Amino acid sequence: MTDMGVNPAGKGFNLAVNLGGLKMKNPVTTASGTFGFGPEYAPYIDLNRLGAITVKGTTLEPRRGNPTPRIAETPAGMLNCIGLQNPGVSHFIEKDLPYLREYDVPVIVNIAGSSLEEYEKLAGRLSQAAGVSALEVNISCPNVKQGGMVFGTSCAMASDVIKAVRRSTGLPVIAKLSPNVTDIVEIAKGVADAGADAIALINTLLGMKIDIQSRKPVLGNIMGGLSGPAIRPVAVRMVWQAARAVKLPILGMGGIMTADDALEFILAGATAVAIGTANFVNPGATMDILEGIGQYMKKYHVRDINDLVGAAWK
Amino acid sequence: MPYSGLAEVVKNQKVGPEHFLMEVFSPELVREAKPGQFAHVRCTNQMDPLLRRPISLHEINHKKGSVSLLYQVVGRGTRLLSGMQAGGEIDIMGPLGNGFNIPEGARKVLIVGGGIGAAPLFPLIIELEERHIEQTVLLGARTTDDIIGYGHLAALGIRTEVATDDGSMGYKGFVTELAEKHVKDPAGPDYFFACGPNPMLRELIKLTRVSGLQGQVSLEEYMGCGVGACLACVCKTTAGGVNDPEDKNEFEYKKVCTEGPVFDAGEVILDD
Ligand SMILES: Cc1cc2nc3c(=O)[nH]c(=O)nc-3n(C[C@H](O)[C@H](O)[C@H](O)COP(=O)(O)OP(=O)(O)OC[C@H]3O[C@@H](n4cnc5c(N)ncnc54)[C@H](O)[C@@H]3O)c2cc1C
Ligand SMILES: Cc1cc2nc3c(=O)[nH]c(=O)nc-3n(C[C@H](O)[C@H](O)[C@H](O)COP(=O)(O)O)c2cc1C
Ligand code: FES
Repeated sequence: MTDMGVNPAGKGFNLAVNLGGLKMKNPVTTASGTFGFGPEYAPYIDLNRLGAITVKGTTLEPRRGNPTPRIAETPAGMLNCIGLQNPGVSHFIEKDLPYLREYDVPVIVNIAGSSLEEYEKLAGRLSQAAGVSALEVNISCPNVKQGGMVFGTSCAMASDVIKAVRRSTGLPVIAKLSPNVTDIVEIAKGVADAGADAIALINTLLGMKIDIQSRKPVLGNIMGGLSGPAIRPVAVRMVWQAARAVKLPILGMGGIMTADDALEFILAGATAVAIGTANFVNPGATMDILEGIGQYMKKYHVRDINDLVGAAWK
Repeated sequence: MPYSGLAEVVKNQKVGPEHFLMEVFSPELVREAKPGQFAHVRCTNQMDPLLRRPISLHEINHKKGSVSLLYQVVGRGTRLLSGMQAGGEIDIMGPLGNGFNIPEGARKVLIVGGGIGAAPLFPLIIELEERHIEQTVLLGARTTDDIIGYGHLAALGIRTEVATDDGSMGYKGFVTELAEKHVKDPAGPDYFFACGPNPMLRELIKLTRVSGLQGQVSLEEYMGCGVGACLACVCKTTAGGVNDPEDKNEFEYKKVCTEGPVFDAGEVILDD
């Protein structure tokens, strides 16, 4: 621990974790697509205090995304169909990465492709760029026509994507899985065998909403991904299953709003947690959660956060 | 830097059949607030309804260190807001967005507000007044009850014209019909500002493009973060350049929450 301010539990308590080779000073990162590229939240929190920053999904070419409305509120949750709008990997490397390099925080770049070749190229490009600490491979986005979820819902395809990325990078590879599958364990095992260093889950659950006045779907893209507290029990269950089935560390996410929620994921087997929708509700959510984890450790004399990982199995 | 946190509700009064005026004491928020910016507020401290609601700054009172929000109850969130008590606290972020920008040469300004959309125009009207820039305000709504701030404008002695769909107040018809007269008048305005429903803005943009009148419009879009991170709130613009105006595919998305909500009228594309 280099900085007291970074460790909310204080001296003698360890919050540092190792996510498949990615060293994080604490287990709290941001969920891709909910935190922009970092500067958006810099007025609200000290980015240096994050365990890592996970940026918006990046593709080889710029993507314009889906038509509006792109968001709809649902019971204790929300649907989104942003459609991976992003300026493309070259823009990211030239314009966004230099900003992030100014901070003392690892950067996880979330990547998405519509072919194996694209994933491979993306991984290659980002591995050459200074300031990228890990790749989170999105094989699970429900909001893009080709690629996206089809990769994440078929075991063979998920493995192929991870193999392709693995071939082209020396960075830690985090496979981000779709919850829209019958058997998460099978996919988790598949990506583990394919060479992933860690597993992130869950991405959003495919859902939709209909306006009874207009009698039409609310979202511009008809369907969208459900996130927020509504999906938390599903996410906790999947983290539990995946963590027990494979040896890889897990980055858990899905509806984490508070430190209590984050601890639930850690107890289920997550080594680190990502905060998504909560940022929209409370721009200081990541810091509040980090603080709360520290307090819990102090209160229950947990010297090392790693002792809590999967503690609910016992 | 925008403020984010709790602030005291000074008052929360019913000012129309579905309209409420909430004054929030927040010197931090007020300090940098400009006309046309908005606040992103939580309607509950529970997890449902989950998302914040964007509401424009209707009054910016630097002396008192407070802002007022004028809002119409249209659903669950705004209904919950209307139940908040004076003396209580509201979770508020702001000021957010870019705000209106009064151009150097503006001498004679036309203001067009539709329904509750007129709310963010009031701090602008006051600033124009303070800068002694001549202005005419046009307010439109379905019916008299939905016309906001008429008395306020009259008290300030600002030239105001009203249009209602049902003819219960002022001109019977659309506010854009009132606007047309001003826009086409050779001695008319040299700049305009507008906020209101999209059909109104679309019509106004069409009119002003024909006559070459420049201006700014404030847009609404469904929002998540309010800070430019989630890309939920985009609108189509001509920012990337347009070669063929018939080509519906030539547009560039901009974020309403950070690159707006105020846009140059010349650059926005509002689909039917
Ligand atoms: C920049 C900006 C400024 C605004 N200023 C004002 C104002 O000064 N006064 C006022 O009365 N209203 C204003 N609005 C509209 C206001 O945000 C909505 O009326 C409000 O969010 C409705 O919430 P609800 O829960 O009552 O309605 P519901 O329909 O139940 O809301 C469901 C969801 O849709 C969203 N939503 C519904 N209508 C709108 C809308 N028109 N714009 C954006 N999101 C919407 C809500 O935020 C919520 O997430 C503004 C909107 C924007 C984008
Ligand atoms: C607006 C929005 C955009 C998202 N964009 C991406 C993305 O680009 N890539 C990705 O892998 N996941 C994306 N996600 C999914 C989140 O990273 C996360 O997996 C999911 O929202 C569940 O976590 P939460 O409930 O804490 O938000 C997005 C989620 C939201 C709400
Ligand atoms: S509301 Fe998130 S980008 Fe505008």
